[in-house]
Amino acid sequence: MTRDPLSPDRTEVVFADAKPAYTPAQAVIEAERCHQCHDAPCVAACPTAIDIPGFIRRIATGNARGAAGTIFASNVLGMSCARVCPVEVLCVGRCVYHEQGLPPIAIGRLQRYATDAAFAAGWTFFQRAPETGRTVALIGAGPASLACAHRLSVLGHRCVILEKRPLPGGLNTTGVAPHKMRADRALAEVDWVLSVGGIEVRTGVEVTDPEALEREYDAVFVGVGLGEDACLGVPGEDLPGIFGAVDFIERLKLGTVSLAGVGSAAVIGGGNTAVDAVRELRTLGVPRVRLVYRGGESAMSGYAHEWDVAKKEGAEAVWNAVPVAFEGDGAVRRIRCAVTRDRRPVPGEEFFVEADRVLLAIGQAKLGEIFGRLPGISLDRGRVVVDADGFTGRRGWYAGGDCANGGKEVVNAAAEGRRAADAIHRHLQGGRDA
Amino acid sequence: MPGPLTKKVPTPNPFWLASAPPTNSGDQVKRAFDAGWGGAVWKALGQPIQNVSSRFGSTNYFAGRHVGFNNIELITDRPLEANFREIAEVKRLYPKNAVIASLMVESRAEWRDIIRRAIDAGADGLELNFGCPHGMCERGMGSAVGQEPKVNEEITSWAVDYSTVPVLVKLTPNVSDIVPHGLAAKRGGAHGVSLINTIKSVIGVDIDRFVPLPRVGDLATNGGYCGAAVKPIALHMVAALARHPDFRLPLSGIGGIATWRDAVEFMLLGSGTVQVCTEVMLRGYGIVGDLIEGLTEYMRTHGFQRLDDFVGRAVPAFREWGELDLNYEVVAKIDATTCIGCQRCLVACMDGAHQCIHPDPSGSRVPVVDESECVGCNLCQIVCPVDGCVTMEQVANGYAPATWREHEAAGVLLRPKKGSHG
Ligand SMILES: Cc1cc2nc3c(=O)[nH]c(=O)nc-3n(C[C@H](O)[C@H](O)[C@H](O)COP(=O)(O)OP(=O)(O)OC[C@H]3O[C@@H](n4cnc5c(N)ncnc54)[C@H](O)[C@@H]3O)c2cc1C
Ligand SMILES: Cc1cc2nc3c(=O)[nH]c(=O)nc-3n(C[C@H](O)[C@H](O)[C@H](O)COP(=O)(O)O)c2cc1C
Ligand code: SF4
Repeated sequence: MTRDPLSPDRTEVVFADAKPAYTPAQAVIEAERCHQCHDAPCVAACPTAIDIPGFIRRIATGNARGAAGTIFASNVLGMSCARVCPVEVLCVGRCVYHEQGLPPIAIGRLQRYATDAAFAAGWTFFQRAPETGRTVALIGAGPASLACAHRLSVLGHRCVILEKRPLPGGLNTTGVAPHKMRADRALAEVDWVLSVGGIEVRTGVEVTDPEALEREYDAVFVGVGLGEDACLGVPGEDLPGIFGAVDFIERLKLGTVSLAGVGSAAVIGGGNTAVDAVRELRTLGVPRVRLVYRGGESAMSGYAHEWDVAKKEGAEAVWNAVPVAFEGDGAVRRIRCAVTRDRRPVPGEEFFVEADRVLLAIGQAKLGEIFGRLPGISLDRGRVVVDADGFTGRRGWYAGGDCANGGKEVVNAAAEGRRAADAIHRHLQGGRDA
Repeated sequence: MPGPLTKKVPTPNPFWLASAPPTNSGDQVKRAFDAGWGGAVWKALGQPIQNVSSRFGSTNYFAGRHVGFNNIELITDRPLEANFREIAEVKRLYPKNAVIASLMVESRAEWRDIIRRAIDAGADGLELNFGCPHGMCERGMGSAVGQEPKVNEEITSWAVDYSTVPVLVKLTPNVSDIVPHGLAAKRGGAHGVSLINTIKSVIGVDIDRFVPLPRVGDLATNGGYCGAAVKPIALHMVAALARHPDFRLPLSGIGGIATWRDAVEFMLLGSGTVQVCTEVMLRGYGIVGDLIEGLTEYMRTHGFQRLDDFVGRAVPAFREWGELDLNYEVVAKIDATTCIGCQRCLVACMDGAHQCIHPDPSGSRVPVVDESECVGCNLCQIVCPVDGCVTMEQVANGYAPATWREHEAAGVLLRPKKGSHG
C-alpha cells in the first residue's frame, strides 16, 4: 500500500518508550520466571485469549518465531496490543505472582519482544484458504476492521476496507499515547496485516450511505469507532485555546502542536483520554497541568496505574469541579468552575482555574446514527447493538469495536473483529443467520 | 549413521513420550497425541506390582527448581488387560502415531506371552526395559538385566524371535561403560536402542527426621535420577554408542530433554528419535508444540530437509582426549559496554581458576583479564550473568596444531604453558 510518509518532525517523536524493548537475554531471563500456570488466569483475562504461558515458554527456549506464531494465532494485532494494552488490569493484573507478593511477569514486554522479532525478520504465519469469491466491505480501518478483515482473508474471502481518514489504523494511528506506540509502528502493523493478501484499503472514503454497500458486497462489517470529542455546552467554549482532547492528540501524533507560551493547561475529564492528555502536555513541557474532574480521585474511570504515573510526572488535579464557563480576552485564560457534590454542581459555589490551554476529554460522539436508519439495526444511545457474534440483526451486517461496545480497548476491538469474521464466514457459508 | 528407527516405526515426528507416568493410560496417550506427540512408549508392562505411596523427589539449585528429579516407582500397577485394551483403542484412533509397548517380565514363557499380547493389541514396536534401577532389579529384572551383557543378549534374542515388530532395548546408565551393553543388544538382534533409563540416586535427606528422600514412613530407598541434570550423562552414552564402529543401530535418545534445543543436541549425537518423561511430568503435554516448532525452525535456518541431514552430525567431532589440538588457544575478553560490574568472573578466576582476572586499577568495576596468564578455561564466561559479555577468543599463537600423541611420538612443538606456573 502506498501512502504519504509520516512527517519526521511530527510532535510525537519526542516521546520515549515508557516500556522499552527487551534484549534477547533480558527476555529469556523474564520468560524463565513464568510459572507456566495451567488454565492460566492471565489467559482468562485476555479478551483474545492468547496462550500466554505457551508463548512465554517459547521465548525461554529461544523459539521467538514460535512465540510470535502463538500470539498471532489468537490476536493478529498482538504487536500493537503488546504496547498499548492496559496489561496492569488485564493479563498482568491476574498473574499469580501477585498472590506470592512478588512482581508479576512483564507479559506485555515479552509479547512485544516476540512480535517485534517477527516484524523485523519478516516471518509469515498465515496462508489464505482458496478464494471463496465472496467480498466483504468493512467500514473504518481501525483495529476492529483490521482484525476482522485479516481473519476473513485467511478464510478465503476478499475484503475492502473503507476509511474516511487519509491514514489507516484508527486510533492506533491517531490516538494512542506516543509513549506507548507511535504512529509509524501502527502503520507498520497495518502493512503487516495486509501482507496476508486479499484485503484492499481505500483511504479518504467516508461512508455516508451504508445501504448502497449492500448492493456491492456480500456482507458488511461496521468498525467506525467513536466520533468527535463531546462538548460541555457552556459559554466561551469556542474561545481559541480550547480543543477536543482526541483531536489534539491526533494532531500531536501526525502533525505538530505548539505549546510555546502555555504556562498552565487544564484537561477536563477523568477518563483514560484525559489522563493520557495530561501526561502528553507534561511531557511536552507545559509547566502546570491540571485535571479538572467532576468527581473525586477514586471515582475517575481512568486507570489508577496511569494516573499514578501522571502524578509522578507532575500532574495536578482539581477534584469535584465542573466548568460552567470559559473566560478570556481573545483566548481562554481561566475556567469558571462549580463545585460538585455527587458529580453534580452545587449552585452558587464557584471558583476559577487559570488555564491558557484547555483540552476537553469528556467523551466522544457515537457514530451509529447512519446505521440505525437501516431496518434491522438498532441503536442504544448511539451504539450499534450486536449479539455475542457481532451480528446486528440485519442480514449480512455485523459490527464490533468501539462503535458497538461503546468504547473499550484495542484488544477488545481485535477480539470482536475476529469473532465477527467467524460469524460472517458462517453466514457466507450459508450457516446460522444466512 | 544408520537410518533412524522412524523408518521402521512410522511416526509423524521424532518426539516420543518415554515409558513413565505420562504414558500410563489410554486417556493420557490420546491427549498427548492430540497435543502433537509423535509416539508414546507405554508405561512398562509386566506382572502386577504394588507401588509405595510417596514416590518422587526433586532437587533444586537456588532459583533452578527441579533441575534433577527421582522416583522409586515400579512398572505399571494397572491390570495388563486394561493396558492392552487401551493400546488397541489408541492405535485404532491414532493409526499414524507410534505406540511402543515397554515390557519387563522374567521367564522366557512370560516374554513370549507378553510380546504376543502386545503385538495383538497393535503395538508398532517393543521396548525391552532393561533399565529400571530400583525395586524391579531386586527381583532380577530391569537394570539387573541391563548390567549383564550375556543376559541382555539372551533376552533380546528371545524377544526378537517372538516379535513381528521392531524391538528396542532400553539400556540402563548404571554401568561403567555403556558400549558392551549396546553391543550385547545388537548381538541379540535388537533393531534399536533407547537410552538412558534413570540413574541410581538418593535425591536428598530430610535433615530433621534423619531419613533420605523420598521418605516412605520412616525409611527410604535409592531411586532413579532423571530430568535436566542427567542430560550430560545421557548425551555421553548416546555419543559413545553412536561413534562405535561395531554398533550402528538406530538410537532413541532419552534423559533430561526439556526444550527443542536439548532434542537437537541428542539428534546431532545420533538419536533419530527422542523421548521425554520428566519435563512432561513437570509441565504437561503442551511442551511438544515448542519442541516441534523449534526443531522445524532449526532445520530451516540450517537448510536441512529431513532428519537424516543432521542426525549424527556432531558424532565425528566427538573424539578421545589424545586427539585434541594442544596448541589451540583461547583467552577471555570482557566487553566493557555490557559488563554490569558484578565481578563474579574475577572471584571465579581468582579462587577457582588461574588468578588472571584483576580489578581495574583505575577504579572501574569492569575487571581486566591478564591475557598472558589466561589459560582459556571458560570459567569466567560460564559464571557471567550477561549473555555475550565474556567471550573466548582464539589467539593466533603461531604454533602448528599438535596432539599429545604427536608430541610424544614425533616431538611436535607445544606452545608454552600459561597460568601461574611460576
Ligand atoms: C486518546 C485515546 C487513547 C487510547 N489509548 C488506548 C490505549 O493506550 N490502549 C488501548 O488498548 N486502547 C486505547 N484507546 C482505545 C482504542 O484506541 C479503541 O478502543 C480502539 O481503537 C477501537 O478500535 P475501532 O476499530 O473500534 O475504532 P477506531 O480505532 O476508532 O477506528 C475507527 C476508524 O473508522 C473510521 N471511520 C469512522 N467513520 C467512518 C465512516 N463513516 N466511513 C469510513 N471510515 C470511518 C475512523 O476514521 C477510524 O479510522 C484509546 C482511545 C483514545 C481516544
Ligand atoms: C516416575 C517415573 C517412572 C518411570 N517409569 C519407567 C518405566 O516404567 N519404564 C521405563 O522404561 N522407564 C521409566 N522411567 C524412566 C523414563 O522413561 C526415562 O528413561 C528417564 O526418566 C529419563 O528421561 P527424562 O530425563 O526425560 O525423565 C520412569 C521415570 C520416572 C520419572
Ligand atoms: S500429583 Fe496428584 S497423585 Fe500426586 S500427590 Fe498430587 S494429587 Fe496426589
